[in-house]
Amino acid sequence: MISIAHFLVLGAILFCISVAGIFLNRKNVIIILMSIELMLLAVNMNFVAFSHYLGDIAGQVFVFFILTVAAAEAAIGLAILVVLFRNRHTINVEELDSLKG
Amino acid sequence: MGFEAITFYIFSAILVGSAILVVSLRNPVFCALALVLAFFTSAGIWILLEAEFLALTLILVYVGAVMVLFLFVVMMLDINLAVLREGFARYLPFGLAVAIILVAQLALIVGPEQFGLEAMPAPPSHPEGYSNTKEIGAVLYTVYLYPFEIAAVILVVAIVAAIALTLRRRKKKQTMGPEDQVKVRRNDRVRLVKMAAANKDE
Repeated sequence: MISIAHFLVLGAILFCISVAGIFLNRKNVIIILMSIELMLLAVNMNFVAFSHYLGDIAGQVFVFFILTVAAAEAAIGLAILVVLFRNRHTINVEELDSLKG
Repeated sequence: MGFEAITFYIFSAILVGSAILVVSLRNPVFCALALVLAFFTSAGIWILLEAEFLALTLILVYVGAVMVLFLFVVMMLDINLAVLREGFARYLPFGLAVAIILVAQLALIVGPEQFGLEAMPAPPSHPEGYSNTKEIGAVLYTVYLYPFEIAAVILVVAIVAAIALTLRRRKKKQTMGPEDQVKVRRNDRVRLVKMAAANKDE
């Protein structure tokens, strides 16, 4: 029989893989965006697991809203990426320093 | 080990493997495809958790829409991969160390001591005719009606923002605006000249 700890540890592993992915691919905006999607998936996994084991449907409703916002975020992020590439001809994060921050 | 446990371990192995592929593969197209596999596998794990509606939504929304968008953008952009891969090997030990420490800490917190079967036993199985979709709909359109409307507004804002960002107006247009064509009068275009008749042979 599998307990909720299995699902929580699985979510933790997914989250850490995506954190490491942001560390490793810190120049490629596309991979960073994909890592963020993976992070959201890990969080959703925890929500669904708790919703199942506590018998409360509210967790699944929350996952529904996270999916909505994540879809909007991906659409806007990729649109920004396309405009960025059109203007600068690169998606290298280290070259995107025109704000001089 | 029952059927559920075997399924869980197989699916989570595939999920973790594809997640590692997402962050380590060289070509972004393969990364996106590995991410598709990860979403598909986690949909299977959610069905194991009796969240059928969300599992199918995950496949429809992520695999069907978001990842297709990702693939579309990745294939459209002409990226120099060699430059973007610089520093991968240099950051690898540091990234691995951070990831392993994070996993160890989180597993210590949410591990079987605190969240085992004794602390949180598995819920009883649902009666026959139980519908997960029906349950979500019953609260989504009553208790969470207001957030639901806000989510719809967020989607509209995303549509408008994505179109407004990527819309490109061309400077040198060959076509003429209809409003200019309508406004034209005869005197703007035609000039009648009075002149004497001339002989053809001259």
